[in-house]
Amino acid sequence: MAQVSRSAKAYDVCIIGSGAAGGAAAKVLTDGGLNVVMLEAGPRLNPEKDFKMFAWPYQLPHRGVGVGGKLRGELNSEFMAPNGAWEIEGEPYTSAPGSRFRWFRSRIVGGRTNHWGRIALRFAPVDFKSRSTDGMGDDWPITYEEIAPYYDKVESYIGVFGSKENIPSAPDGVFMPPPKPRCTETLVQKACAKAKVLCIPSRMAILTKPLNGRPACHYCAQCGRGCVTASNFSSSQVMIPPAQATGRLTLITNAMAREIVVGKNGKAEAVDYIDKTSREEKRVNAKAFVLAASACESARLLLNSRSASFPDGLANSSGVVGRYLTDTVGSSGTGYFPQLEKVPPHNHDGVGGMHVYVPWWKFDRKNDFLRGYHIEVYGGRSMPGVGEFDGVCDEFEGYGASLKQKCRSMYGTFIGFEGRGEMIPNEHCYCDIDPDTVDQWGIPVLRFHWQWSDNEIKMAKDMQETFRSIIEAGGGTFLSSATADGPRPYGIADGGVIIHEIGTARTGSNPKTSVLNKYCQAHDVKNLFVTDGAAFVSNADKNPTLTILALSWRASEYLLSEAKKGNL
Amino acid sequence: MGLKSVSRRDILKSLTMGAMAGSVLRVIPTQAAEYAHHLVDAEKAATPGGSYTPKFFRPRQYKTLQSLCQTIIPPEGDTGGALEAGAPEFVDLLTSENSDYQLKLGGGLMWLDATCTDRYGKPYLDCAAPQQKEILDAIAYRANALKDPSLAQGVAFFAFLRNLTADGFFTSEIGIKYLGYIGNKYMPDFPGCPPVPDV
Repeated sequence: MAQVSRSAKAYDVCIIGSGAAGGAAAKVLTDGGLNVVMLEAGPRLNPEKDFKMFAWPYQLPHRGVGVGGKLRGELNSEFMAPNGAWEIEGEPYTSAPGSRFRWFRSRIVGGRTNHWGRIALRFAPVDFKSRSTDGMGDDWPITYEEIAPYYDKVESYIGVFGSKENIPSAPDGVFMPPPKPRCTETLVQKACAKAKVLCIPSRMAILTKPLNGRPACHYCAQCGRGCVTASNFSSSQVMIPPAQATGRLTLITNAMAREIVVGKNGKAEAVDYIDKTSREEKRVNAKAFVLAASACESARLLLNSRSASFPDGLANSSGVVGRYLTDTVGSSGTGYFPQLEKVPPHNHDGVGGMHVYVPWWKFDRKNDFLRGYHIEVYGGRSMPGVGEFDGVCDEFEGYGASLKQKCRSMYGTFIGFEGRGEMIPNEHCYCDIDPDTVDQWGIPVLRFHWQWSDNEIKMAKDMQETFRSIIEAGGGTFLSSATADGPRPYGIADGGVIIHEIGTARTGSNPKTSVLNKYCQAHDVKNLFVTDGAAFVSNADKNPTLTILALSWRASEYLLSEAKKGNL
Repeated sequence: MGLKSVSRRDILKSLTMGAMAGSVLRVIPTQAAEYAHHLVDAEKAATPGGSYTPKFFRPRQYKTLQSLCQTIIPPEGDTGGALEAGAPEFVDLLTSENSDYQLKLGGGLMWLDATCTDRYGKPYLDCAAPQQKEILDAIAYRANALKDPSLAQGVAFFAFLRNLTADGFFTSEIGIKYLGYIGNKYMPDFPGCPPVPDV
């Protein structure tokens, strides 16, 4: 702390994080004429080196699985552009005894928008009124009607395909035309019709028409490898460049924020950060601050920003920072469909993700659990990869021409189903500062506490039953390793694994039970905003990114108008 | 437009520069994207050939590995097998970097030779074809290890090698062609599903 190097310049706004929330804030605030500095804890991507579009497995000596085959069966392969990691060397996190939680972090310009599945679903009106609807959780301080114009702005700007369906649980948006379904998806649609389950074109942040100079998708299914045409949405390719083009955005990379410093007037006045390249501590001053570091990282920064006026962490007079942590309920199953053996070779790639999905369809009846889930589908004749035929080899065994032919006939005949459901916040799920551990920068780390409640287990059970009914209606065989008991009943994924963790600095109208007001502005510190997933009050079965973008856009417009009035 | 005069490096460079300069979406025209793909493709297809020097397996072990891989995924009609697909090279490379693989495969090959020597008086490669078939038929199925527990290590070894051989073959150029995967390319439109009975 002795050698803090201080920048003389004071910016209008300092944004911490460059993902969905940070990117939207940077765009809105620089468009509005403010001078903005953005801290990002990782480096910038280099498309020439980092993007892997169109590579074949045989062009890589390790065929995609890395040195020693260590990436076999992992989420990331050599084909992926760098996009984040479950474990970061020198930057640990811990779990309390009995808790299983995994935390995916993207220390890179664009954050997790480099990684996300680009599934862009609006929350429904009912998703903002949890407590009024079923007595559990809390209502948001805003309604669907208040956020809808921002969904419109975001969708119009980033480009989302979809179809108008008029389904109450899945509001329509500003859509480009959806791509045609793949063979596997045509089959799923027919199976769903038989099983009386809704199945509609998916809604994804991928262009099917040119937009703002970005060309339409070229259907190589490789969004995760880095898209050289920027036809899909990422903050790094779609939000940051125009913000930089205004000349009012200063982007500081490899800058790990350690603490927000509060002045005598009770307002935030600076951020101390570690320059990871020089390992020096530096300070940047600003008139207002936007935390957009991801829900848990933003909570960590608040909790680590202790001072005489905020002994329990900045903006935490309520004690709510770190609480109300939720992730998405995830459970999966696979169907084997023999009729897909007759599908002739054809280009099945499509966009980088599903063309159809199952929105929550049982909203009009009483279920064994509260809230809902949607189902994502994948599979078919996609690019073969290492591990592709483990299942066929284990099932049929043997060797020789018959095994080789079996692999070929089974190729592309599997369809995967992923349930994605709403978790209700509970008192056992939260993060706090581990009293015993710091990271390599000397910053105290987060400790996670986690326990699913019965509602989520019942939901996972229902997912498994639905997978079976869809698969069997489609003439397939249901394959699932999920069991009713054990550590993961009905295949429910561990906390954090679906990478939808949110809620750790929630918005609300009561400063005693929430951290932020309806504009994501801290109740305790009026020049401090938190616009990432931390602000969420509930974790509807809608992937959070689109709502993060809309919330951050709205909060940033408010910040801009307050700044212009001199209120910050 | 004179795309032919644009090198892959130029195209990628323009992308990088755009991002660095912060210009709005360093976007390249659609044709340029397609052209970039062809260039990358052509460049990467020119993989150097030549003979391979094993990194982990000793020469004789490597010959046994090659023979086993080719038996697991043999040539068929005008399609090559695991050998032509480079599967043994792939297996050797990964094994040279992974102590778990070294134990399973290095140890497994020694188990195979020791078992063949016990049964037939010679290591696997020197055995007659019917003997080789007999031992492989014994270790290629889990059920056999239930009847004869002394086969269990051989069964585990073979199952592991079978997976890796399938990996090596089906991620090769000829393996991908054999499967009939024809994507990984620029498409102006996605045509959807061709007509298929029952789909």
